[in-house]
Amino acid sequence: MKNNLLPAFRLTLVLLVLCAGLYPALIWAAAQLAPNGGRGETVRQNGRVVGYANVGQKFDRPEYFHGRPSAVDYNATGSAGSNKGPSNPEYLAAVRARLDTFLRQNPGVRKEQVPAELLTASGSGLDPHLSPRGVAVQVARIAKARNLAVADVQSLVRQHTETSFLAPARVNVLQLNLALDQVTVRR
Amino acid sequence: MTTELLGIAGLYLLTLGLALPLGHYLARVFQGERSLLDFLAPVERGIFRAAGLDATREMSWQQHMVAMLTINGVWFLLAMGILCTQGSLPLNPDHNPSMAPDLAFNTAISFLVNCNLQHYSGESGLSYLSQLVVITFLQFVSAATGIAAAVVVFNALQTRTSEKMGNFYNYFVKSLTRLLIPGSIALALILVFNGSPMTLQGKQALVTMQGDSVQVSRGPVAAMVAIKELGTNGGGFFGANSAHPLENPNYLTNAAENLALVVIPLAMIFALGFYLKRRRLSYMIFGVMTVGFLALLAPAVYYELHGNPAISQMGVDQHLGAMEGKEVRFGAAASAYWSITNTVISCGSVNSMHDSFMPLSGMTQLLGMMTNAFYGGCGVGLLNFFAYLIIAVFIAGLMVGRTPEFLGKKIEAREMKIAVIVTLLHPLLILAGTALAAHTYVGNPSEYASWLANPGYHGFSEMLYEFTSAAANNGSGFEGLGDNTAFWNISTGVVLLLARFLPIIGPVAIAGLLARKKYIPEGAGTLPADTATFGVMVLAVIFIIAALAFFPALALGPIAEHFSLY
Repeated sequence: MKNNLLPAFRLTLVLLVLCAGLYPALIWAAAQLAPNGGRGETVRQNGRVVGYANVGQKFDRPEYFHGRPSAVDYNATGSAGSNKGPSNPEYLAAVRARLDTFLRQNPGVRKEQVPAELLTASGSGLDPHLSPRGVAVQVARIAKARNLAVADVQSLVRQHTETSFLAPARVNVLQLNLALDQVTVRR
Repeated sequence: MTTELLGIAGLYLLTLGLALPLGHYLARVFQGERSLLDFLAPVERGIFRAAGLDATREMSWQQHMVAMLTINGVWFLLAMGILCTQGSLPLNPDHNPSMAPDLAFNTAISFLVNCNLQHYSGESGLSYLSQLVVITFLQFVSAATGIAAAVVVFNALQTRTSEKMGNFYNYFVKSLTRLLIPGSIALALILVFNGSPMTLQGKQALVTMQGDSVQVSRGPVAAMVAIKELGTNGGGFFGANSAHPLENPNYLTNAAENLALVVIPLAMIFALGFYLKRRRLSYMIFGVMTVGFLALLAPAVYYELHGNPAISQMGVDQHLGAMEGKEVRFGAAASAYWSITNTVISCGSVNSMHDSFMPLSGMTQLLGMMTNAFYGGCGVGLLNFFAYLIIAVFIAGLMVGRTPEFLGKKIEAREMKIAVIVTLLHPLLILAGTALAAHTYVGNPSEYASWLANPGYHGFSEMLYEFTSAAANNGSGFEGLGDNTAFWNISTGVVLLLARFLPIIGPVAIAGLLARKKYIPEGAGTLPADTATFGVMVLAVIFIIAALAFFPALALGPIAEHFSLY
């Protein structure tokens, strides 16, 4: 043991420099070339930073597309899922209540049109996306609240629907709402 | 749904395609033959000189283990010291407090042993100094420790009689310089250019479009996440681990992270074959592991894609599958694939919340950790499998009336005792731990109400999962468990230590004992270990020892919950 102790200390020091010093420094240096210098990609509205491009935020006003339920209420100082088990009666009651709320906020929508992602909390509590169906089911409400033609809102949604190789189709709710505000201001 | 399935099949094949050449490369590196990154040799010599080490000194198996345990002890003290004082140390822009001693004990051990059970959330529980000097550092060295231990076993299994099996520090440092550091640089660059932060600035406060004031946590994420996956560590930068959009921004990074955590365990299997020039043996091992892996993967993907039946009953649209705890950008299939790869391999990172998976998917996650031998962690997966292999050789030898031999060495009572202790330790730790927790909880449910986020069968599964994860050195959790209490911190901390070092020391000791024995050339009387028949035998041994020991516990948890839902 004694023969190993001093080398163990010295090796630890050397590897600290390598693994916890030089390696992160190298990645940090490379990050200066990445979007926003590796400080996280932000989005602006009227010159003010209103969010991170990849981090979902809370929307509950009728004139905005709503994202998914969040176990941390979209406060990105933390992150978590609900961790509710699939048979938990309290949880299932909460899902049912979310469905009722959604149907009340979106008159004319039938419950079989409501995708479950709008009723279930995401893993991070910060999921920035919805599936195209999760957005489509809210279009009528948005059009009415903003006095826009349904077709105009639909075309905006189409522009913001991202598809990439093998990945599920999705819409970034924050970007979509930003575009929505822009269109509304222009008119 | 078809696209989602194609996505995971493609990812698996791509990983396999990379693992074969990587295995070949690793065998050459550890045999000291010429290989791609030989230009790093001066760096390695510099490291050895600075540490005052002679990396050419051959060691016996006992010397290997003493070297390993000593340096692990140093790392433990380093980690404890920093975690307990991080609040007053530099690089703490968010002013996070120092850890309480029981939490620091659990965290230090957990990262030391490559488990990465986290009873804290990174955003509020660690300073950036701790993220780099404790977490990132331990993620590198614990993975390299596992790989080095596996290489010691490779060396011992050669066709010769010897006490000496290479130099521990040599294997350990080369695991870092030739594999883990270059691989992490590549993965971290992918992450950084896809939107993972790499900064020392603290949280950003901002007002959202709707006018809510929030803060967004960030930090030196990309560098840490790379080694988290590549070293099969699994401990996330953020509380939500790889479900967090800054830790895993899109489908591409998800695939890259998932590939990174599978590729080294696969490559090590092939490296064994190249190293010993027994490629059929590694194909047999790969075959057994893959059959086990697919048997666990299929039900998880099926149940997640089909959604929660209790939610289907509400009459809503579940075309994406079960989405509670999952992220839209990955989808149900990629989440299920991730969860099974992360539980058969002792990585334990999550891109979706295991607590919210369907009951039988949760059971396959549990079984991945309970068997702990299908691929397994960096290096250590092969060591666990080695113990099963020895038992299978012994039983098969007795069944056909031949002397049990493995690779030309006789398996005798001592080796068998060690193998049996190592394999039975695992169910003992899990079941005794869960029994203790369940007993404590039932004795006073109101006092311990904060433990469980879910009632009934699922609550039991949460406790079972925690001990399984600790004993498998996995680190994922049914995170509904309120686990930052003295009971969980200390009990799982002790389980972690036992479940890490005994399953390393045991197989290395067996290999060391075998290496000393006379080599008997294989003849007509030898039971060949590299055939499909023998593979079936190993699979049966794993099934009997691991799976059946856990059946009663699984029946009380996930199986009971399944029948209450379907």
